Amino acid sequence: MTYIAKPKFHHPGLKKNELGYTHRDYEGKISTLCAGCGHDSITASIIEACYELSIEPHRVAKISGIGCSSKTPDYFLGNSHGFNSVHGRMPSVLTGANLANRDLIYLGVSGDGDSASIGFGQFAHSIRRAVNMTYIVENNGVYGLTKGQFSATADRGSKSKKGVTNTDNAIDLVAIALQLGATFVARSFSGDKSQLVPLIAAAIRHKGASFIDVVSPCIAFNNHAGSTKSFDYVREHNDAVNRLDVLVGRDPIAVDYAPGTVQVVEQHDGSRLALRKLDADYDPHDRLGAMTFLQKHAAKGQIVTGLLYVDPDAEDLHEHLNTVEAPLNTLEADTLCPGSAVLDKINASLR
Amino acid sequence: MSDKKPISSVNDFVVRFANVNGSGSASANEMFARSILRHGVPVSPRNIFPSNIQGLPTWYEVRVTEDGHLGARGGVDLMVAMNPQTWDKDVAGIEPGGYLFYDSTKPMPSTKFRDDITVIGVPLTAITNSTYTDPRQRQLFKNIIYLGSLSALLDMDPKLIEQLIGEQYKGKEKLLSSNVHALHLGRDWALQNLKCPIGLRVKKSDKVGDRIFIEGNSAAALGAVYGGATVCAWYPITPSSSVAEAFTAHCKKYRHDPATGKANYAIVQGEDELASIGMVIGAGWNGARAFTATSGPGISLMTEFIGLSYFAEIPAVIMNIQRAGPSTGMPTRTQQCDIIACAYASHGDTKHVLLFPEDPAEAFEFAAASFDLAERLQTTIFLMLDLDIGMNHRLSRPLKWDDARQYDRGKVMTAEMLEEGRDFGRYLDVDGDGIPYRTYPGTHPTKGSYFTRGTSRDRYARYSEEGPVYADNMQRLVRKFETAQDLVPRPLQANAERPTKYGVIYFGSTSPAMDEAIGLLEARGHQLDRLRIRAFPFHSSVASFLAEHDFVYVVEQNRDGQLRQLIVNENGIDPVRLVPILHYDGSPITARFIAKAIGDHQDHLKVTPLRKAVS
Ligand SMILES: Cc1ncc(C[n+]2csc(CCOP(=O)(O)OP(=O)(O)O)c2C)c(N)n1
Ligand code: SF4
Repeated sequence: MTYIAKPKFHHPGLKKNELGYTHRDYEGKISTLCAGCGHDSITASIIEACYELSIEPHRVAKISGIGCSSKTPDYFLGNSHGFNSVHGRMPSVLTGANLANRDLIYLGVSGDGDSASIGFGQFAHSIRRAVNMTYIVENNGVYGLTKGQFSATADRGSKSKKGVTNTDNAIDLVAIALQLGATFVARSFSGDKSQLVPLIAAAIRHKGASFIDVVSPCIAFNNHAGSTKSFDYVREHNDAVNRLDVLVGRDPIAVDYAPGTVQVVEQHDGSRLALRKLDADYDPHDRLGAMTFLQKHAAKGQIVTGLLYVDPDAEDLHEHLNTVEAPLNTLEADTLCPGSAVLDKINASLR
Repeated sequence: MSDKKPISSVNDFVVRFANVNGSGSASANEMFARSILRHGVPVSPRNIFPSNIQGLPTWYEVRVTEDGHLGARGGVDLMVAMNPQTWDKDVAGIEPGGYLFYDSTKPMPSTKFRDDITVIGVPLTAITNSTYTDPRQRQLFKNIIYLGSLSALLDMDPKLIEQLIGEQYKGKEKLLSSNVHALHLGRDWALQNLKCPIGLRVKKSDKVGDRIFIEGNSAAALGAVYGGATVCAWYPITPSSSVAEAFTAHCKKYRHDPATGKANYAIVQGEDELASIGMVIGAGWNGARAFTATSGPGISLMTEFIGLSYFAEIPAVIMNIQRAGPSTGMPTRTQQCDIIACAYASHGDTKHVLLFPEDPAEAFEFAAASFDLAERLQTTIFLMLDLDIGMNHRLSRPLKWDDARQYDRGKVMTAEMLEEGRDFGRYLDVDGDGIPYRTYPGTHPTKGSYFTRGTSRDRYARYSEEGPVYADNMQRLVRKFETAQDLVPRPLQANAERPTKYGVIYFGSTSPAMDEAIGLLEARGHQLDRLRIRAFPFHSSVASFLAEHDFVYVVEQNRDGQLRQLIVNENGIDPVRLVPILHYDGSPITARFIAKAIGDHQDHLKVTPLRKAVS
């Protein structure tokens, strides 16, 4: 297969964001995924979120593992550097990249096979290290690229396309992320753009480890009756805890006037998350509460979506390591090398 | 009384301490080695320790060597036998005419000694117990007390040891004076009760010069500091952990922003070797100098990523402190056994750059250079140490740095260059050296971005599985490897006094033993030209050396002759002409071993008249 270039044609009337970029500036190559794949909808939501946030596309580093989901970074933000690393190891590559240059925005894209099986350890450790990133798992419950094997997020009792019943327990990445100390944890559904776009935008704005599990049906191998990751199943069992708007400042905060209860969460960078509550007693600042809430609904066969937990004052790995503000990749010998005079002293101390 | 004449030697003998792991003997034993250095006499010490933390036997060997031979010698002249468990083996290991030093508090049956050695008993436990009540103090000071007794027996200057104690406990007066007191307890007892000195003696000399005493791992870590490493990701494994630990310590001292106190480095202990090398590759991709330190099992885990670094062309530095494999092998024993595993690490067609430092000074230089090489060549560079260099103190020429030196960041296309309209193809061979240009992420709003992947792609980084496109890329990678030949440290050749048809190739930690073996071989009438290989890919002078000699011995510390295999493979040479000399029991190779193995082979070839060989 060779690469397919997307036509560069820009409609002069295209809407521009604050930076003067149009939607097209956030697009990438044409997707080679199956038509109707949930992953493509997530790509569209990432494009939308970045456009709305007026991010400079080239300031994003998009890093993935291997899988259909991990191919998607090629399909958005064509002007940013992408890295399709090895299966399951996106988190370590992203961590290293982030250590090298703290000034970029890090977007990690992974699959459920990638993150819940071969890369389960790396997923967990990047979260507990508080790497400043937005970690999105495009979760279809199967291995898409290798054609339909169960993944570790497939629910027990769910059926494969060939009719085999899964007898293993499922890993809930959201529950694990909460347990490991992620400071922004959300779940969404690829087919719910109005929920997903603000979640991605808020996650990008969040400083610290943001994790979003996006249920993303695989048209080819996991969209049949008996699957718990199909479009129909998720639509029927979805229970959203809140709706979200991200306000980046300046504009009047319209949602303040919106009916119903609105909770405004101010993040580290000054952006605000306006949570329009659907569930009256849901508090997204309570990690323990979120864990319990999630378990309770899972027991009822419900998929809870929305922003489940956020810590607006989170710190990230660079703060923990107390690294300099300047990106490490910009430092040169004059800063890094202690010089010959120091070496002479070291030599003297070794005699 | 011994029935063999006691060994008599000044400044040339081997002392071995047999201790129990965890008894706190390490610092006293090291102090013994250092105090001989302060007499101006070179030493070459070695830790011999089991893969366990407490209770098991451990040995520390000090070769006192006026001639400055830094390889292991083999044999023991004076055994300080402090471990009842290993007593029989320790006593058996003493050279005829040698000495046994032991704690005589409890009488030993005479069957426990040998007739051909001199037995020296000092009631260490009795002396310690009558002076100290605290059990930990008793344990620790017993070591200083035997150090004191040894100083008397070997005629050492106590002032020099006191000076060392003073340096060690600077500012801690109480510890300082109590240690000096313990030293004199042992010394005075020996002077009053034993015939001092024995046949082995330390006499002041001036053979140390300005050399420093440092472990290879610490020197390599300093090399990383000087070479500008800003990201270190690692996972603990013997014998490499002390690289990362030393890097951390050096960074804490020398790598903070004076204004803010913030760190201009990041060190992460990964959850495993996969994560460690992943972080290194992520950081390298993003333009930082990054490294990891590991050993054989870690290399095994890293191989998938090493293939990615090779194919996607991302700078990375791996310091491999080799230990005896395969599998867990002997984790605390030395070997040079990962040559093939590293040279061809990962699946598919790969080749990697290996550097083989011989001592701490080169470990420092090569470590610093590896970051330049990694960025210049955009690939993984392996710094190949082993336990023998890494975890033992060695005398080494002082470390040197040229302040005018700038880092070679390799071919990086900047925003300005892109603005000028320079053609950027990530995998485009603009200069014919196989090395393409790269851009750092975030460089330019519209130009220079590309997608990095382990999948095949064309010169403009566009995914492609077209056969010719793939082959074109693979050929360029070969060109790049050829370029590397001229960038890596060249082999060093030393010729015999007389022209000879025989040569020897060696590398890394074998160096000091080889230097000494040459002398032994000359004494046996064998002349050999020497070539010390310092890197892979091999420089063309390796092929010339092979062509110029009928037989070339390849000395290495592994079972399968891995360097030899690599030479045969890469030079297409007839293997018969390369004679393997292999040492792989986990102990460091000795001059005696090399000289015997080569000498016997040479005798067999009848290169010298038998008369001369036995004269
Ligand atoms: C080390 C290794 N093992 C196995 C594979 C084969 N492999 C490629 S993608 C994949 C699974 C992808 O599943 P997932 O991450 O869920 O992504 P999806 O394709 O479903 O989006 C596997 C097993 C590989 N590339 N590397
Ligand atoms: S196989 Fe499934 S996951 Fe992969 S592209 Fe097709 S629909 Fe998407």
